[in-house]
Amino acid sequence: MDNLPRLNLHIPEPPARPGDHPDFGGMKLPAAGETARPDVDAAEPTMRDMPFGMIRVLDGDHRAVGPWDPHLDVDILHRGLRAMMLTRTFDDRLFRAHRQGKTSFYMKSTGEEAIAVAQSLMLGARDMCFPTYRVVGWLMARNYPLLDLVNQIFSNAGDPLRGRQLPILYSARDYGFYSISGNLGSRYGHAVGWAMASAYKGDDRIALAYVGEGTTAEGGFHEAITFASVYRAPVILCVTNNQWAISSFSGIAGANETTFAAKALAYGIPGLRVDGNDFLAVWAATQWAAERARLNLGATLIELFTYRASGHSTADDPAKYRPADEALQWPLGDPIERLKGHLIAIGEWDEERHAALQSALEEEVRAAVRAGEAIGTLGKSKPELASMFEDVFKQPDWRVIEQRREMGV
Amino acid sequence: MPVMNMVQALNNALDEKLGADPDVLIFGEDVGYFGGVFRVTDGLQAKHGLTRCFDTPIAEGGIIATAIGMGAYGLRPVVEIQFADYILPAFDQLVSEAARLRYRSNGEFWAPLTVRTPYGGGIFGGQTHSQSPEAIFTHVVGLKTVVPSNPYDAKGLLIAAIEDDDPVIMLEPKRIYNGPFDGHHDRPLKTWAGHPMADVPAGLYRVPLGKAAMVREGRSVTVLAYGTMVHVALAGIEEAGVDAELLDLRSLVPLDIDAIVASVRKTGRCVILHEASRFGGFGGELSALVQERCFDHLKAPIERVAGWDTPYPHAFEWDYFPGPARLVAALRRAMEY
Ligand SMILES: Cc1ncc(C[n+]2csc(CCOP(=O)(O)OP(=O)(O)O)c2C)c(N)n1
Repeated sequence: MDNLPRLNLHIPEPPARPGDHPDFGGMKLPAAGETARPDVDAAEPTMRDMPFGMIRVLDGDHRAVGPWDPHLDVDILHRGLRAMMLTRTFDDRLFRAHRQGKTSFYMKSTGEEAIAVAQSLMLGARDMCFPTYRVVGWLMARNYPLLDLVNQIFSNAGDPLRGRQLPILYSARDYGFYSISGNLGSRYGHAVGWAMASAYKGDDRIALAYVGEGTTAEGGFHEAITFASVYRAPVILCVTNNQWAISSFSGIAGANETTFAAKALAYGIPGLRVDGNDFLAVWAATQWAAERARLNLGATLIELFTYRASGHSTADDPAKYRPADEALQWPLGDPIERLKGHLIAIGEWDEERHAALQSALEEEVRAAVRAGEAIGTLGKSKPELASMFEDVFKQPDWRVIEQRREMGV
Repeated sequence: MPVMNMVQALNNALDEKLGADPDVLIFGEDVGYFGGVFRVTDGLQAKHGLTRCFDTPIAEGGIIATAIGMGAYGLRPVVEIQFADYILPAFDQLVSEAARLRYRSNGEFWAPLTVRTPYGGGIFGGQTHSQSPEAIFTHVVGLKTVVPSNPYDAKGLLIAAIEDDDPVIMLEPKRIYNGPFDGHHDRPLKTWAGHPMADVPAGLYRVPLGKAAMVREGRSVTVLAYGTMVHVALAGIEEAGVDAELLDLRSLVPLDIDAIVASVRKTGRCVILHEASRFGGFGGELSALVQERCFDHLKAPIERVAGWDTPYPHAFEWDYFPGPARLVAALRRAMEY
């Protein structure tokens, strides 16, 4: 007993803090093309090494290599690039609108655009995405009207959600986009339930759900995977590992102990780890998981390895907790630059067309913001006040009726 | 005495308790290196060390369960839930475990944890960053619930909560973290400087759990309020020009029933003000208690001014938020009955 060490409490810390040099040295990144591609109907026990590899398609010269190359049409690559650029342009413009006091809040997805865009283009119109606040790219890829997004962000009279939700907590059923909740992880299980309902009905629709790596700590995450595994739900469960949850590095969610894809092992479903800044890799992994789901082979957990290049939200200053140039040092680069580089490498794009597209997108966003401003920014225009009392229940009960009267609307 | 806002007073309370008692430790989402999204734990990790103030996984149920285990061992954990809206994933641990551990184990185990959490609206937080969940805690036997309305009480109540051997939930009114306000959304927050309750003494002092504060004496109507609503009440009373008595309840469980009864017996009228939606809200309990104990003294029906029975809507925050005007109308109804 006396020879035993005294116990001590371990608190993990990130490799670098403000003032330090960003340190990604300890990161093991398989080369593009290196990670094997199992057959979609392979048995789960044969692919238990997948969570420790990384699916990567684009190599350092922007060439598509290896077994996961999805051999995409050039048209899709162009659509993907456009939607990613639109997402970033929109994010930058609306972030500034917050700084100008036109809205109360905004969150960007800078650096993560490939994820939502590739998955949105890959899945079918009748499938359902259970989104987070960082996947507006999903809507961009499906040409959701920009003005509706702006109106929602301004909570004005044109807000499709009639002023009920925090800016960017969209809902767009017709675009396969379930209502975003502010309560982290609370909807992972909804995706599983939705997918189980599709299976129960003998339908062919599948679901896809997102959480950030920080949110994998929530009980709802583990409950959802258990149900998905037990009932072989046709669902793709995604973890966007962007390295940071507000100020807490991924080690606080367990990243120092194992990968997030490896969470799948204990539940007996495949766990893929994907270069989230590689449009082609995200597409290929999603396609693989979607095929499995549609073949009644059940759920897949996909860790999308990426980096949150901007702050958490307009309320956050990331320079307070991480090196200011950490994003620039991120070894997997920028997803837009990489897809652009690929298109140029295959002779389907050039700097001039890129610059022209960029200014066209800026004009498109500017026009939408101007149109939204004409309706009104936050507080300058509102939905009908009476609508505040609608949809609490399908039919209003006496409390709502009385209180509406009390308010005189 | 140093003038502090509520965030600084809370920080100071935690700092002093960390310094005085090695069994106190602090954890929660983003509270460590960064010092919390509202900065309440700013600097505490740097000063007291990694194991005294640290970040947790995003797992509210896990945070509370861990705190219960630590409390059972003999520590005094103080945990932060980033927004009161996110306490619900921890609800089972609070209700089924923390609240009943002492009773269930015949006093063998107990859970001396303090849960701090910012609550309430008026900051354009939308429906998931604005709620006032006090009623769902006060209904649970075995939990204590306190709500400060100023920096002095915030520090004293937090110290008392940490030293208390029962689980205490402290709802911190984030609307007035940085300064009091009068309920009119078109006016800026007033600074705490010059406010008598912003003089926060150094050292460990306690504001006892279960004692209401008399904010304003009066003879014709009693107003019961807590947290942010204390300030709205002051503005409303002034606007109405009535001789109202204002009690800041400070502690909902244990509740200072004697102070409430004495005041209503004196004034004969009672208006209750809270921000949470009305139906099933804490105002219903207050109203029943007053009716049971003061019926013979009442000259008018008890009035409740509260949030509407809808979720908190982002665009209509200021229509939802009970402001002075609605209190004025209720005071007039009570006076003219
Ligand atoms: C249940 C719950 N707890 C806490 C919060 C506050 N919160 C909002 S975002 C966030 C960090 C989420 O990090 P992560 O899951 O990694 O996603 P990311 O923001 O990095 O995309 C926290 C703690 C919340 N919204 N819901």
